[in-house]
Amino acid sequence: MSPDRPAMIEVRGVTKRFGDFTAVDDVSLSVRAGEFLTLLGPSGCGKTTLLRLLAGFEFPDTGSILLDGADVTCQPPYRRNVNQVFQSYALFPHLTVRENVRFGLRMQKVPAAEAEARIRDALGMVSLGEVAARRPDQLSGGQRQRVALARAIVCRPKVLLLDEPLSALDAKLRHTMQLELKHLQRRLGITFVFVTHDQEEALTMSDRIAVINRGRIEQLGTATEIYHRPRTPFAADFIGQANLLSGAVVARHGLTARVRLDGGLELTVSALELPVDATKALVSIRPEKIHISRSRPQTENVFEARIEEEIFQGATDQLRLVTDQGTRLQALVANESAMNEAFHEGDRIFCGLHFDDLVIVHAE
Amino acid sequence: MNAPDAQSAQPATTGHDRRQPGWRAWALLAPMVAWLVLFVVVPTVILLVYSFCERDEVGGVIFSFTLDNYTRVFDPVYLRIFVRSVGYAGLTTIICVIIGYPMAYYIARAPEARRNQLLLLVMVPFWTSFLIRTYAWITILKQEGLLNGLLQALQLTSSPLSLMYTPTAVVIGLVYAYLPFMILPIYSSAEKLDHSLVEAAYDLGAGPLRAFASVIIPLTMPGIAAGTLLVFVPAIGMFAITDLMGGAKVPMIGNVIQNQFMQARDWPFGAALGVVFMSMFAVTYLLLQRRGARIHE
Repeated sequence: MSPDRPAMIEVRGVTKRFGDFTAVDDVSLSVRAGEFLTLLGPSGCGKTTLLRLLAGFEFPDTGSILLDGADVTCQPPYRRNVNQVFQSYALFPHLTVRENVRFGLRMQKVPAAEAEARIRDALGMVSLGEVAARRPDQLSGGQRQRVALARAIVCRPKVLLLDEPLSALDAKLRHTMQLELKHLQRRLGITFVFVTHDQEEALTMSDRIAVINRGRIEQLGTATEIYHRPRTPFAADFIGQANLLSGAVVARHGLTARVRLDGGLELTVSALELPVDATKALVSIRPEKIHISRSRPQTENVFEARIEEEIFQGATDQLRLVTDQGTRLQALVANESAMNEAFHEGDRIFCGLHFDDLVIVHAE
Repeated sequence: MNAPDAQSAQPATTGHDRRQPGWRAWALLAPMVAWLVLFVVVPTVILLVYSFCERDEVGGVIFSFTLDNYTRVFDPVYLRIFVRSVGYAGLTTIICVIIGYPMAYYIARAPEARRNQLLLLVMVPFWTSFLIRTYAWITILKQEGLLNGLLQALQLTSSPLSLMYTPTAVVIGLVYAYLPFMILPIYSSAEKLDHSLVEAAYDLGAGPLRAFASVIIPLTMPGIAAGTLLVFVPAIGMFAITDLMGGAKVPMIGNVIQNQFMQARDWPFGAALGVVFMSMFAVTYLLLQRRGARIHE
């Protein structure tokens, strides 16, 4: 995705309050045309409110929203060329699948012949042709989800808004639908704004992810950026697992710095994100970045630890470690073969860490 | 019907049929069955039998078989009253829908605590006797009543309006009496309406009016149908309001039937009117029921 593509959505300093509660707090955001953007955050973080502001179901207290260059801040939903897939699907129970899909076209007064062709296309795209005459209550959860999708895309919106559309499906189906949605988005070229609290879903599908917490965007970036270089403790903790360790900055050598963790363990970290005058730092370490071995590894950081607990998780083993300084860490090792040298509770092992895998998420 | 009969009537089946109620179920149902037989089935049968009988000079019932009563029912005099009754009851129902629907929808969309207060307000009138409330309307509508007093004080009218003892008064009385029976069923439908469906309609380009017509109305139709039934049927047979507020000048079918049993003492004819009347209800009910079922399919 080239960054010079025009913005399909521009959110400028939008705040939305409900009584004393600030649901969306001075958010600015730009979504490029054809992009798959995910709003990711825990429940109550404001991601759904932000989506509803884009749809026109809520209006901001301050700030403005532009859709394809036009100010739509005060436009009601039926005047905006965006469509939403609702969390509950919100299929009209008194209409058949075909009539549900036709609804939007009827409202836009699309000529009958064209409407029929578009309905057929949309139903075909989500492979629902055979159930077109059924009512929503005669469909499975996955089929309903597809009807909701077809009903929205048949209107050819500029932006498709999706409010946790997969949360009601079982894990297997959810996985299939994630990929299908992703492919559909590529094929249609429609801008998708997808809301979820499921970090795995966000990582799988998105071009970019906006991590939202307490009504604010904590970090906006690609999945790899956010995973490998989280910029806030929240982003580090919410996406994937992270060991968050606080310590004092004791020395600097060009691109690296030495941080003494609260337990006394000293580590070499990348100093790229460390402000010059910082004395304290919060370091994030992904569990799988800790290299566990019985022999001393060749990394910048090496320390010894004892395995306090080992939890078998199928593809991986989760290890709870305690360093000699008393620092507790979580590590993940791949279970490459059943006969592999397994690590056991009580074992003493070496831990190796590249300085690049120690990310400073907060400094003061 | 009792338990041993019900069971012995069934052929011996292999296995256990859960749908067949055992004697305990019948025992629990017995009071209700007895009530229905005693107060619904028996009176209806008596009514049906009487409707084919003749009356004697002093108002007794002579058991015979004649269709004269039914022929009289279709006399133009009574037909006109029938038509008028249907007209008044229909008008009442329509006004009740127009007034009751927005009220019911508003209550259903209110926050929960407020919803209960508003529902209580709808039901408050039931705490007072129906007749007393009807008399209260007379003091409001009569020549020197509250409404005329107000209108004249505000100088909107120069001379008092004659409202009492007119069809308008009857319809006002009927609407007042039956409005809650329209509000409550519509409320219960509207309360179940998932608001995200309305949002979905907006989202798909429907403005408020079209969302109302194509989503809200169809989905609350069961409530409208139930309310229509609860208003139309009793309104058509009402006689107290027509007596008190219509001054017996605009009788409805309920007044005629009451008359045959009380003043005219022609029970067989009253019974025939009742039977025809009941059949009309049954037909209306079946039509609405079928419509409701189609919506729910």
